[in-house]
Amino acid sequence: MYSFLIGVGVLLLLSIIWMVYRIQTLVSVVKGSDKKVASGSNKINAILFLVFLVGGGALLFWYSIKEYDNYQLPIASEHGAVTDQLFWVTMAVTGSVFLVTHILLFIFPYKYQYDEKRKASFYPDNNKLEIIWTIVPGIVLAVLVISGWMAWSDITAPAPEESHVVEIMGYQFAWEVRYPGIDNVLGDYDYRLITASNSHGIDFTDKNSIDDFSSPVVVIPKGEPVLFKIRARDVLHSVFAPHMRLKMDAVPGMPTRFWFVPTKTTAEMREELGDPEFQYEIACTEVCGRGHFSMRKIIEVIEPEAYQKWMAEQKSFIQMNPSLAEGLPAETKELAEIELNK
Amino acid sequence: MATASVANHDKITQDHQDHEHHDNFVTKYIFTQDHKMIGKQYLLTGMFWAIIGGFLSILFRLQLGFPEMDMSFLRPLLGGWIDESGALDPAFYLALVTMHGTIMVFFVLTAGLSGTFSNYLIPLQIGARDMASGFMNMLSYWFFFVSGVIMFISLFLKTGPAAGGWVVYPPLSALEQAIPGSGLGMTLWLIAMTFFIASSLLGGINYITTVINLRTKGMSFSRLPLTIWAFFLTAVIGLLSFPVLFAAALLLVFDRSFGTSFYLSDIYIGGEALPNTGGSPVLYQHLFWFLGHPEVYIVLLPALGITSEVIATNSRKPIFGYKAMIISMLGITILSFIVWAHHMFVSGMNPFLGSIFMFLTLIIAVPSAVKVFNYLTTLWRGNLIFTPAMLFSIGLVSFFISGGLTGIFLGNSAIDIQLHDTYFVVAHFHLVMGSASFFGLMAGVYHWFPKMFGRMMDARLGYVHFWLTFVGVYLVFFPMHYIGIAGFPRRYYSWTNFEFANMYTDLNMFVSVAAIITFAGQFIFIFNFFYSMYRGRKATLNPWRSNTLEWTTPLYPGHGNWPGEIPTVYRWPYDYSKPGAEEDFIPQTVPLSATPESNLPHEQELVKLELEIMKEDEEVLVANESIQ
Repeated sequence: MYSFLIGVGVLLLLSIIWMVYRIQTLVSVVKGSDKKVASGSNKINAILFLVFLVGGGALLFWYSIKEYDNYQLPIASEHGAVTDQLFWVTMAVTGSVFLVTHILLFIFPYKYQYDEKRKASFYPDNNKLEIIWTIVPGIVLAVLVISGWMAWSDITAPAPEESHVVEIMGYQFAWEVRYPGIDNVLGDYDYRLITASNSHGIDFTDKNSIDDFSSPVVVIPKGEPVLFKIRARDVLHSVFAPHMRLKMDAVPGMPTRFWFVPTKTTAEMREELGDPEFQYEIACTEVCGRGHFSMRKIIEVIEPEAYQKWMAEQKSFIQMNPSLAEGLPAETKELAEIELNK
Repeated sequence: MATASVANHDKITQDHQDHEHHDNFVTKYIFTQDHKMIGKQYLLTGMFWAIIGGFLSILFRLQLGFPEMDMSFLRPLLGGWIDESGALDPAFYLALVTMHGTIMVFFVLTAGLSGTFSNYLIPLQIGARDMASGFMNMLSYWFFFVSGVIMFISLFLKTGPAAGGWVVYPPLSALEQAIPGSGLGMTLWLIAMTFFIASSLLGGINYITTVINLRTKGMSFSRLPLTIWAFFLTAVIGLLSFPVLFAAALLLVFDRSFGTSFYLSDIYIGGEALPNTGGSPVLYQHLFWFLGHPEVYIVLLPALGITSEVIATNSRKPIFGYKAMIISMLGITILSFIVWAHHMFVSGMNPFLGSIFMFLTLIIAVPSAVKVFNYLTTLWRGNLIFTPAMLFSIGLVSFFISGGLTGIFLGNSAIDIQLHDTYFVVAHFHLVMGSASFFGLMAGVYHWFPKMFGRMMDARLGYVHFWLTFVGVYLVFFPMHYIGIAGFPRRYYSWTNFEFANMYTDLNMFVSVAAIITFAGQFIFIFNFFYSMYRGRKATLNPWRSNTLEWTTPLYPGHGNWPGEIPTVYRWPYDYSKPGAEEDFIPQTVPLSATPESNLPHEQELVKLELEIMKEDEEVLVANESIQ
């Protein structure tokens, strides 16, 4: 019954709109306004542009200011402060261009709306103006590019020797983390070695891999350089740590890297935000299949001393699963046994 | 002697026209070789696809705006993609996003825009009887049609259509195990795109040849309307970049079906290590974006060309900086080929390459800025008539500014680290590429409808359509900037898994509602279009009092466009409001010698030359007559 009534209502509404439409068409024919170059609608449209300018502008400023704390994520890495500064400088430059051009774009329609008595001014070109507005944006862009380029070069420069290495491997649909252990060197891996008990495909014949260990959470020290070695096991993924201003694709067959210096521990950030539940997170930003939206990993930033302590407490892959050491050549077997007897 | 041969050529084509054409229904409306009908075929097909593509976006906006919603009512349409609890399948969500992108970029904004207006306007505006090859032109449409049929079928597969994003990056798109859409759906996607590329190439070769060879007497390159310049350069870009997409697709076909390893290496999936080694997924990205970035300009340049024409006509003022407009389009054309890797700053490619592409990318902002300033100066001190086409053109300029400026953030590799693949990117390209081009398409339809169908569209419905769409587009895409700055990633089925993104549910709901209203608003246009086609007011010959050649044809131009001789062109197309002239426009067919009162000093000097040429032509014609 309800849907029938709604149907009738919609039908009525449509026929009313139809009638109004027909009537206004016929009226305009009778009035002869369709023969005029510009009808009364010209003025209405001109005014609407002004209304849009004022209304849209007000909405823009109101919402941008009101929501600032929501969309501006807190920064937790050294280079993040640099890129965010670049972002806001670019925002200031483009924002002012945006405002000026839009004010002109919407005021001109009002100011120069059609008037039979007036003639538009014949103004086909002015080379001086063209040169000015080629060179000025050129210079402004050059400044932006060069500052961006300097930041980019610093960020992508080779990681400092003493960086703490963490390997992050993406697969459908999660991340796995591997630490190099005391030697700070990750052992070799080969995707053909992947089994149920060796999900990283670690090659335990490489002695560097003996002390490698895994962790359910990415734990990193504050204030010291950290190097993420990133790889993927099946399809493309992308490591995105929004608070760290960090993003790098994980590519099967091509290891990638990103190094950074965290500046605030998780505890400090919790205090700053007044949110005791706060966690740094990693998300995936390269479409990878049906679970793309659920690849969450937590980063825990702690003080360097706590980090050393935490490192010492971790159990290596071999310790967790002694069967991995079976069938190793004599030399590494010995190392593995030492590790096991620790 | 050159003039003589041109005159002869006219004579021959005219004789050819005198043969009686008896078109039946099939040769007139289906397998037609008339560029005007082919243009209309492209337009109608484009509109069909726009509705499909828009509808797909509404489906996924429902998911994003109302994640808790019970979607059981969609089950008659989507069947098993809605699970028992009434939720949308996450893999199908990706398929929706993928098909929305593919359809909008290729079928609507490439074929629907460039296909429609290049076909329709090039011969009419340069003064030609038809395209250089009517047959190839017909083939171009039908390849596109076949491509569309295949893509349409793929929507209804059990495993769903392609779902790896419109960029279909391997390995996701290469491995059936990775996502169901990479099975038969992806195969059909590749076949459809192959047909599409063939169609684009056939069309592009035709546009280029026609513009170069078939311009009427007097129509030098420096007198071409900016629309034609835009279509010409678009065709050049397409011709150079689409084959590279074909190469990328072909290698992907090999990887998928013949066990090669162009893009695949070191993959362990579905409990099994694949034998492929040595390939590089990044190679595909390079090849894809070598088309993918020029593609942005393939959809944008025609829209800018149409806007230039519409703004000049309705400002009753010459376009400001005609030459600067051409130079900036040329600059964009060339630069569009050397900026592709800015889509790949964090793909793992060498950061040094990133630096190079950052420099090149930000250079391309300069010609774009020049175009904006020229549009603004054209409006300045004009005498503006707000036809629906003019409104859409002003809207385009607004989107071009808003979306273009955010490109300066994304082109800066340091800033792009954070913004890459977030909603900021979605906002950016939907404004600058999607909405701007769509508004160009709309401006074109409203402006040339009287020429296409001999009737006027209803202006008031046009105003309602414009304001609804203009405000709607901003309400949909502007909030996405905030969501993007907050770090929300693209192609996410839901954001509730993450603390940093577990907010803005209200804003997403708002965006979805705005999208639904804006989509619904397009039916005003559809109604206006079809109603006016049959019942609209009869158009006059030159309703916008425009200068270009198409308005010198009869109300219903036949195949061949002009019943008599093709008109000769004596001036550039932008003599609006010329001081001294009685009317505020002087069509291109009016000789300079007929308007001594308004000629500029350098034009006055040309009058003598013009009279000499006219006299010579007269003699050639007389001589030809006497031979027969």
